[in-house]
Parts: sequence; C-alpha cells; structure tokens
Amino acid sequence: MKSRLQKIYNWIDERVQLHDLINFMGKKYVPVHRHSIWYYFGGVTLFLFIIQVFTGILLLFYYKGSADLAFESIQFIMSKVSFGWLIRSIHTWSANLFILSAFIHMFSVYFEKAYRKPRELTWVTGVLMLFLGLGFGFSGYLLPWNELAFFATKVGSDILGDIPFIGEELKIFMRGGEDVTGATLSRMFGFHVALFPALFSILLIIHLLLVQRQGISQPIEFDSNSENEINKMPFFPNFFLRDILFWLLVLNLLAMLAVFFPSELGRKADPFAPAPAGIKPEWYFLFMFQTLKYFPANIWFVEGEMLGIILFAAAGILWLMVPFWDTKSSRGQKNRLINYIGLFAVIFIIVLTILGWIS
Amino acid sequence: MEKTGLADKQSDRRTFLKYLLSGWFGGFCLAVLYPLIGYLKPPEQNEVEVTSVSAGKISEIEKESSKIIRFGNRPVILIRTADDKLLAYDAVCTHLDCTVQYKKEMGVIWCACHNGKYDLTGRNISGPPPRPLQPYRVIQKGEEIFISKIT
Repeated sequence: MKSRLQKIYNWIDERVQLHDLINFMGKKYVPVHRHSIWYYFGGVTLFLFIIQVFTGILLLFYYKGSADLAFESIQFIMSKVSFGWLIRSIHTWSANLFILSAFIHMFSVYFEKAYRKPRELTWVTGVLMLFLGLGFGFSGYLLPWNELAFFATKVGSDILGDIPFIGEELKIFMRGGEDVTGATLSRMFGFHVALFPALFSILLIIHLLLVQRQGISQPIEFDSNSENEINKMPFFPNFFLRDILFWLLVLNLLAMLAVFFPSELGRKADPFAPAPAGIKPEWYFLFMFQTLKYFPANIWFVEGEMLGIILFAAAGILWLMVPFWDTKSSRGQKNRLINYIGLFAVIFIIVLTILGWIS
Repeated sequence: MEKTGLADKQSDRRTFLKYLLSGWFGGFCLAVLYPLIGYLKPPEQNEVEVTSVSAGKISEIEKESSKIIRFGNRPVILIRTADDKLLAYDAVCTHLDCTVQYKKEMGVIWCACHNGKYDLTGRNISGPPPRPLQPYRVIQKGEEIFISKIT
C-alpha cells in the first residue's frame, strides 16, 4: 500500500517537481503569543466559504432562477427533496457566519496592524473579498423571491440610486430595468453564482499565495526581537490540526443552528401588494441602513441620504487604503490613532446594529 | 524489563486512540454522506396513472398522416393509414429513446436519430432498434378517438 502510494508520488514528482511545491507549502510558521487565537479566523472564513461553494452547488441542482419558478423551487427543496431544508439552512447560516468571521478576521488584522509593509496587498485583497461577501449576501437574499427579499432588494437598490452622478445608471444596471422584476432576479442570480464566485476565487488565490509567500504576520513588538527569541510552531501539522479542530467546532455550531433554526421562506413576492411591516436588511447591512435613517431629508443643498452614502463610500475607501496612509506602523512605530479609529468603527457598527435591530 | 513494559503500554494507548479516531472519522463521514446522497436522489413525483386518453376527432387527422399524443408523460404516435385504419404505438424508439415519426413516402415509422425503421405493425425492420414498438389500442366512438393501454 505504502510503496504504491510512493510510486504514484514519484510518478507525479518526476513530471511536475512536486517536491518544490511541498517545500514551498511546508515552510510556514505560526507565531505563538497571547493573541494567537485570532490567527484561526482566516481559516474559519475560508472553511465557511468552502461550505458555501458546496451547498451552493447542491442548491443549484433544484433551484430555478425565474420569477415564476424561484419561490416554488425553494418550496420544493424545503418540503420534497430529502434533507433539502438542511442544505438550504446550512447555506443561509454559513453565509451569516462567513460575514461574521470575515469581520472578526479583518478587525484582528487591523488592530495587530498586520497590514503594514510588506502585506499591503493581502489587506487590500481581503477587504475586497469582504465587499464581495456583502455582494454575495445582497444578491443571494433575493433568490427565494419572497416578500421580504423583494422589498429589501427594492430598498437596497433604491439607496444605490442616491449615489451622485452614477447612481441612477447603477440602479438600472443592478435591477435590469427601472423596477425590481424577474429581470432583477436573473441578474442577481448571475452575479451570485457566476460573476462573484469567479472574482472571489481570483482574490482568494492571490490572498492565500501572499500569506504563503510572506509567512504569517507577527505582532509589531516582535519586530525588534531576533529570530530565536520568537516562539513559533510549524503550520503543518501543528497549526493545521488545531485549524481542523476549530473547523469541526464551527461545523457543529453550523449544524445546530441549521437544525434548530432552519431558514424560513415566507410568502411569495407580489409586486402589486403593499410592503409588509418590519422590512429590514440582513444584519450586516443594518448599521448603514440605521445610520441613513438619522440623516435629515436635506442638509444644506444636498439630500441627506446622498451625503450619508458619500460618507460611507469615503470611509470604505479609507479603510481599504489603511496600509498606505498608516506609514507609522510600517516603520515599526506605534500608531495610537489607528487603534482609536478601529475602536470607533467597532463601537459604531455594534451600537447602530443594535439600534437597527430593536427599532 | 520495566522499560519495555512502558513502551508496550504506550503503544497500546496509541492503538486505542487510533481506533477511536478512525471510528469517529468514519461516523463523521457517514453523517455527512447520508444526507448528501439523500439530497442528490431526485424526489419521486406523484404521477397520475393514465390508462386512456382522448386523441381528438377523426376529422383532425388526415389519411396517411400521423399525430403525437401525450399519454401521461409518454408520447404515443397515432397513424391514420391509406386504407383508413387507425394505429397507435409507443413513440419512443427502442434504440436510444428518441421520438419516432411516420414517413408517408416510405410507409414506415422512422426514427431520425439513427435511421431506425419500423413497419406499420410496429416491427423493427431496419437500422439499430432492437425491439418492436409497443402497440396501444385505438377506439373510435363516433367522431372521437381514444387511445388506451393494452392490458
């Protein structure tokens, strides 16, 4: 058995120099310190993404992406297909946990300033993936074509229309017309299962190759220490096995959530019915949604919502560009301002999410 | 002596853990595969058992022509011959599942996919079809034509 495996390995190695690749993948160390726990969240996010790909493909076997059939096909998945309810519930829950885990991963990287030189591109690809993740959430939300999704998409795409200059065109592009119709569903379906996964995969490959190439970042205080003083463990197998254990815990959590709180379907979307009460976006959009509510209708000569969107867009761009304007961290100096901004962002997001939740 | 005893004990513990972990891993794989295979199996759709269908009026079908009738979810070919006989056969070619058609010029039932031919009794006479077409019973009540299964 072992010699046969060895033979197969040798056969491949002779042709593609597997040895070099294994060397490249094998030489990775994980620094051990009191904040090491945060290193797991990148892996967990990856794991949840893999689950999304798997369950997403499974759902595609029965889902029908048209306004006439979408709702009924989900009904079919939930009631007729064996374990269909489980697959869909896992997909929904995993989506939520994915966003949560990506947020945790991002903030831990932010507060550790792991984005500092030379890892600027890893940060940029990561933030872009989070934005894409939000796009996945927004486009996937419409696919069951139920009442809540229909009106949430109406509201969400309408807000986009407030972006100056390009807003109206962007709205029409996203909706596939003036209104949210079957054409919107087809577009969102295309974004959700083809365009976004393709873009995401490219970013993910770059992100992972960069991590592999540059090694795992260590806290800024360690930079002055010499190599031997730093405590670290090999990625494979030591950290990898811990990773697997963490993934299993997440899978258990996911299974419990999916079984005890399965996804609902609600009522089929009816474009001519009045909107039901309590239309809210998914929780990860809630803080933005809630903030926009506090803006008055008009500020000076500008529409309040327009100003809000401009501010959010600016904040997003600044956030994406952190490694380029935080030059202090790259020089190995402490930068308190970054911590204050990060803390403000975390508190802002949490408080407004709660306010949005209870309102 | 004591040293080997310790080594034995350790290897015992190791084997035990190995079995425990493999067993757990096997169980885990089963727990994932069982719902997965169940999900991939297409659920059975309740179909109404059809024993007889209406094939329309005799005036709707010319002499030496044919018509495909839906019999449940299967196509049935209804042929009105030159000598005014009505014939019905299962329209699914016995070769590879294509739907056959009536060829007036040749006086045969013909499958376009691989040039299979059946005569008007449904017998496979040329090309790849391995078996004859299954006949259906045709009943004419006044103007109306009905097709039913031969039981």
